[in-house]
Amino acid sequence: MTIRLIRAVVGLALTSAILAVIMYRLNSPLAAVFELSVCSGLISVIFITTVSFTQRISKERLRVRKRERLAKFWLLPIILAVAGLLLTWYLKIPDFVLAAPSNGPDVRGIIWNLRHLDLFGQVIVLLAGVFGVVILFKEADK
Amino acid sequence: MATLFILAPFLLLIILNLPFKSLRRGIAFWLAAGLLLAQILSSALHQKLPAYIHPDSLGVFFSFKLSLDALALIMLFTIGIVALVALLVARATMATEKHKFNFINLLLISLIGMNATVLATDLFSLYVFIEATALSVFVLMAIEKNKFAIEGTFKYLVLSMIAGIFMLTAIAFFLLAAQDISFSGIRAAFLAHSNISLLNFAVALFLCGLFIKSGAVPFHGWVPDAYSESQAAVSVLLAGIITKVSGVYVLLRLFGTVFVASGNLQNVIMFVGAASIVLAALAAFRQSDIKRMLAYSSISQVGYIILALGCGTPLAYLGAVWHFFNHAVFKSLLFVNSASLEKKFGSTDMTIITGMGSQLPVTSVTSLVGLLSTAGIPPLSGFWSKLLIIIALFSAGKIAYAAVALLTGVLTLAYFLFLERNVFFMRTEMALESKEGVPFSLKLCEVMLAVITIAVGLGFPFILKILH
Repeated sequence: MTIRLIRAVVGLALTSAILAVIMYRLNSPLAAVFELSVCSGLISVIFITTVSFTQRISKERLRVRKRERLAKFWLLPIILAVAGLLLTWYLKIPDFVLAAPSNGPDVRGIIWNLRHLDLFGQVIVLLAGVFGVVILFKEADK
Repeated sequence: MATLFILAPFLLLIILNLPFKSLRRGIAFWLAAGLLLAQILSSALHQKLPAYIHPDSLGVFFSFKLSLDALALIMLFTIGIVALVALLVARATMATEKHKFNFINLLLISLIGMNATVLATDLFSLYVFIEATALSVFVLMAIEKNKFAIEGTFKYLVLSMIAGIFMLTAIAFFLLAAQDISFSGIRAAFLAHSNISLLNFAVALFLCGLFIKSGAVPFHGWVPDAYSESQAAVSVLLAGIITKVSGVYVLLRLFGTVFVASGNLQNVIMFVGAASIVLAALAAFRQSDIKRMLAYSSISQVGYIILALGCGTPLAYLGAVWHFFNHAVFKSLLFVNSASLEKKFGSTDMTIITGMGSQLPVTSVTSLVGLLSTAGIPPLSGFWSKLLIIIALFSAGKIAYAAVALLTGVLTLAYFLFLERNVFFMRTEMALESKEGVPFSLKLCEVMLAVITIAVGLGFPFILKILH
């Protein structure tokens, strides 16, 4: 079970990484960087930490579950692949590249120059998280 | 000046977490108490402070967009009082110095969150600080680490996240409809009637989030567990101010000065308010644990504020703001009373603790003040704020809602008299073994809050003049 959960987390991280590439292709490099660092990186670390607290189930039960799931969902990948191919064939999406956002203010400029209070808020959220981990988990380990 | 309300607790938090652990732990309580006293005094005497403190000189270094108006000052004053009481309760009830020190750190984080929520001038900043406050509360609630406390925390965590999703989605819609998320920008969009259906949809979403945060019916599932399973000091903080600022204050701010609620939305708000008043009062009857009864009573009292807000007239708004302050004070008083009982007898179960008035004279008298004020008995503070709300409802032609508000007052009196008779004034042969005495700081809190409740009630014309 644990290995499968970790595989799921890795799958999520890979999906996020692909999403980041798409965002980059859609002329949104900053969103891509956030997606890659937060969703693909940070969240995966949190999930893996959580998974490390779980327990294994017996191999026999795992095998039974695998067989059950395979029986239920064996058609799914085929349907998805065929649907994907058909959509690509009929829709003929010409190009993924969209026009860059109009001349609005730069995101970096907004965050660093105009949203000081929100940045301060983020610092407080981080501090609360750090205190939470120290108070609740450090003592639990002992 | 406004910036100081956020930066001073932050600075203290940093100082307390520098090296020299033993020295810091020794002075942490006194520094935090000094800071909270300074907040109470500076918000009460804001107009009388020397002119050089008024301009926000720190604004040169930090471009925080904050607003310090009358509503914010009342909130800062209330936050200061309740946080100081929670600090004193923690000193009296927490087992070790380490626990007390951890509590002070988390109290300071929640203080920054609450102060910034009160002073924020745009929706996103408001959301960020509501979440910062909530995060510190999750840790405070789970600090006890028993099964029920963790369960209460988990319920609050899940519902709080759902509320967060509602609010964040609403903010995205506001940005789409008004092209701005500052309070003034959203107000301007409402007045210009641009994208009004999208704005109304966003208001409805935001409202759902705020109802969860305020613990209004039908989003109240987390409140009784959260209030009753936390440590005494955390219960005081949570019931007295945190849910009020994160939910009720935001409702007051947004529906008072930012949103323009449509007729239908006002009806929904009033219905939710009335449902909270009645259903929570009925549920309170069935409780045998004092803290759970107080939690349901808290939902019922929040209902009064929401009902007044839905009414929308200036008099109703005045009543809502005043009831907010009164409720924070008398509910904190009642939770301090339950802390005293827990300290003395190790339980808050009404079937175990009976007829203990003679052993706890200060607690029994002050709890009577708190209970009568909650029920709206003259001349205590709760009477006047409820009276204002009921008069406002009558004058707005909402007779049915006014009747509900009036009659539920009788219900409130009934279940509280049942509590008072059982716990303090019943004659009993059974002698419950006393675990330890009630510390002086708990008695001090009880007397202080009872005096405020009586003084605010007696000084009604004076307070009304200030609020006007």
